[in-house]
Amino acid sequence: MSPSPDTIAVAAILIMVIAAYALFGGADFGGGIWDLLAGSAERGKAPRDLIDEAITPVWEANHVWLVFVLVLLWTAFPPAFAAIMTALFVPLSLSLLGIVLRGVGFAFRHTAERLRMQQLTGALFAAASLITPFFMGTVVGAVATGQVPVHPVGNVVAAWTSPTAILTGLLFVAACAYVSAVFLVPEARQRGRRDLTRYFALRATAAGVVTGALAGVTFAELSVSSPHVFAGLTGIALPLVTISIAAGMAVLGMLWVRWYHALGLRVTAAIAVATVVWGWGLAQYPYLFPTSLSLRAGSAPKASLVGEFVVAGLALLLVAPGFVLLYFLQQRRMLVAAETDADLRLAAQLERPVPGQPAAASAPVAARVTTALVLALLAIRAIRDVFSSPDRR
Amino acid sequence: MGAMAHVLAVNPVPARSQMGSSLGFHIILACFGISFAAVTMTAEWIGIRRGDAAALLLARRWSKVMAVLIAVGAVSGTVLSYEMGLLWPGLMGRFGAAIGFPFSLEGIFFFLEAIFVGVYLYGWERLSPWAHWWSGMPIVVAGVLGAMSVVAANSWMNSPAGYTLSHGKISSVDPVSVFFNTSTPYETAHMLLAAYMVTGFLVAGVYAVGMLRGRRDRYHRLGFAVPFTIAGIAAPLQVMMGDIIARFIEHNQPVKFAAMEYVPRTTRDAPEWIGGIFINGHVYLGAAIPAFDSILVGFSPHTRVIGWDSVPPDRRPPLATLIHLSFDLMVGIGFFLLALAAWQGWWWWFHRRLLVTPWFLVPCAISGVAAVAAMEGGWVVTEVGRQPWIVYRVLLVSNAVTPASGVPVTLGVILVLYAILTVVSIGIPLFMSRRWRQGAPAEEETEQVPYGPSQTHAGISPDRPPAVRRTSSGGPETR
Repeated sequence: MSPSPDTIAVAAILIMVIAAYALFGGADFGGGIWDLLAGSAERGKAPRDLIDEAITPVWEANHVWLVFVLVLLWTAFPPAFAAIMTALFVPLSLSLLGIVLRGVGFAFRHTAERLRMQQLTGALFAAASLITPFFMGTVVGAVATGQVPVHPVGNVVAAWTSPTAILTGLLFVAACAYVSAVFLVPEARQRGRRDLTRYFALRATAAGVVTGALAGVTFAELSVSSPHVFAGLTGIALPLVTISIAAGMAVLGMLWVRWYHALGLRVTAAIAVATVVWGWGLAQYPYLFPTSLSLRAGSAPKASLVGEFVVAGLALLLVAPGFVLLYFLQQRRMLVAAETDADLRLAAQLERPVPGQPAAASAPVAARVTTALVLALLAIRAIRDVFSSPDRR
Repeated sequence: MGAMAHVLAVNPVPARSQMGSSLGFHIILACFGISFAAVTMTAEWIGIRRGDAAALLLARRWSKVMAVLIAVGAVSGTVLSYEMGLLWPGLMGRFGAAIGFPFSLEGIFFFLEAIFVGVYLYGWERLSPWAHWWSGMPIVVAGVLGAMSVVAANSWMNSPAGYTLSHGKISSVDPVSVFFNTSTPYETAHMLLAAYMVTGFLVAGVYAVGMLRGRRDRYHRLGFAVPFTIAGIAAPLQVMMGDIIARFIEHNQPVKFAAMEYVPRTTRDAPEWIGGIFINGHVYLGAAIPAFDSILVGFSPHTRVIGWDSVPPDRRPPLATLIHLSFDLMVGIGFFLLALAAWQGWWWWFHRRLLVTPWFLVPCAISGVAAVAAMEGGWVVTEVGRQPWIVYRVLLVSNAVTPASGVPVTLGVILVLYAILTVVSIGIPLFMSRRWRQGAPAEEETEQVPYGPSQTHAGISPDRPPAVRRTSSGGPETR
């Protein structure tokens, strides 16, 4: 018995959302991985700054895809959600730990830099960027191999520690690093940083090769561990797999000939990743858990599915333009960390740049010179503010 | 589903504790997610409209605090959505199709909020003032609608509706009835007002402390007045709302109401207990107002109030004392905040001035913490009061909890993580404000300032004696 059209449609939406998270969320995780690998504080400063600048304004929006995945899964396929959450309690909890640590790292990094805790939060951010994709990968591997029981009575450790699951976890990490490096190449180029462009192009190539190799091994492993998905990947989903391989090759080719076209690179890399996710989804058809839980048996009543359509439509209507705006502004480099508030402070008369305080008077010569320079600069700013239209009016 | 329903002998207490602490933590940050943008934008509006630099400075600084709090809130919110499945697979597997709809809607608003937070927080420099102001508007709207959606899901657990069961499985769903269940209007309004009160009083409290320390410039007055006005408008509405909701609960969930008001046996002339501990059928250390509970419920002492003896002992909420005292705390603080708002309102009406007497400012300084305590009390009442049901009169908590082992471990980890997060969420804004107060421009954004910070030029603020800045916060930063 094949599933109803609305079930198929909602499953398709779910796979699209998963692909979106793999791409956007994955790129942000990959940024953390490159942050981890950037070397000493001095040597890694330039790439770390670029990663930070590229991710900071957008990571929260990219993160929401994950919430959508969870919500869609529990609304449209409640039994599958309950079974996954029970059987894979451990890897899911660990991936959640990674998410929390990364968020903390993000939230406090900029302040922490001044608190001189930057190394701790940086390490937190980077380690979390490894943990989360890896354990999410093991979850996907466990589902794809059909090792999640439909009615689990507790943790099922074997499901997510199988070779396929571990390989999938590694593949996820590599894919995140790959997408991120490819996305960072045009970011560096737009900022006129030739050194960083080259830096990330090399890393994108390396990560691309590793990802491809891991994908190949996982694919081979699937032929043993999950005949249904393997048959799907070599049958109904073969066109998608082919496109993915072609796109992956194309990205490597572009990097090879140094054709760093922003849109071309991004879109091709996105295709390479998204088609794999879609291919996996298609290969599982008609099962949620191959071959124990079918889409039909695991889906919610029709009205819930229709509700999800409405939500997806609303999302397309409201969220898509928002994303376009966000990425547009980010690409135009309109979103930057606020500069100093000195002008506002002066205007609000919180500052009294009066010379000759006792503290300054007793200071050594170098400090006094610096103080004088600072006060002079403040005065210049103040005068400029008086005679030109203020920044914000 | 059958197999899962039979795995029962699981102790739900660790899972309940984890859910409770996660929710109790997240809800404070959620308040900022819901309402801080509105507070900030009010200051920005004043700043742009009147060319008021102090207001603009406030808005810009608040947005920096907002960046930290919303990021932590996004993370703790994700923890909650994971926990819905990790802790309560029995709920989600059975009723995910129904309760999922409000959550899905919330997803859209969360998206919008996250997108425009990115624009608003990082658009200060390069967007035009009004474009920047408008980029905050979706955050306000999405905050309100998103909060309504999530609270609607909680309301559904109190007033399940909009689905039909056949053989223990959901066979059809009406998403609109799920969303607009009978509890939704009460709970959502109550929570939205609470969110505005918590944010308003907390932010105002910071500047009340500043004024108490003698910093009574325009910057501090405005920093107090803007959030206090917003919270002060919400306070009387909230007290009215609370009164209406109490009567609704008496009607909708009489056993919860009985625990809130210490009504062991169904009776007329039910007394209103203020404070008190319930042990073995007696209330100790409490004051009773004769028949007042009946009057509050039905405007007559002869109103019959249903007691918890109307259901068997294993269907009654545990910890009646906790529920009652949480309720009293919430109501007491509600009136306290109302009084503060009324006092300032009176003064403004007749004198057109801000009250700056310590008699007023000291209570204001603690008003934010009080508002948080009241909100937490309210959530304790609604959540513990619903026990032992996870879906009222439909599904028991013990039938919803995960059979997976390891919850005590994750509970421990969550408690440690949240303790750290709490320290940091409070510590970072405190640290920022201290740096702002020391007022050294060079300290704020080291990398963008063309001159290097020295060790001695700072420590000048209008009302503090100049001080030599410590080397630890002043040396040239290395990144």
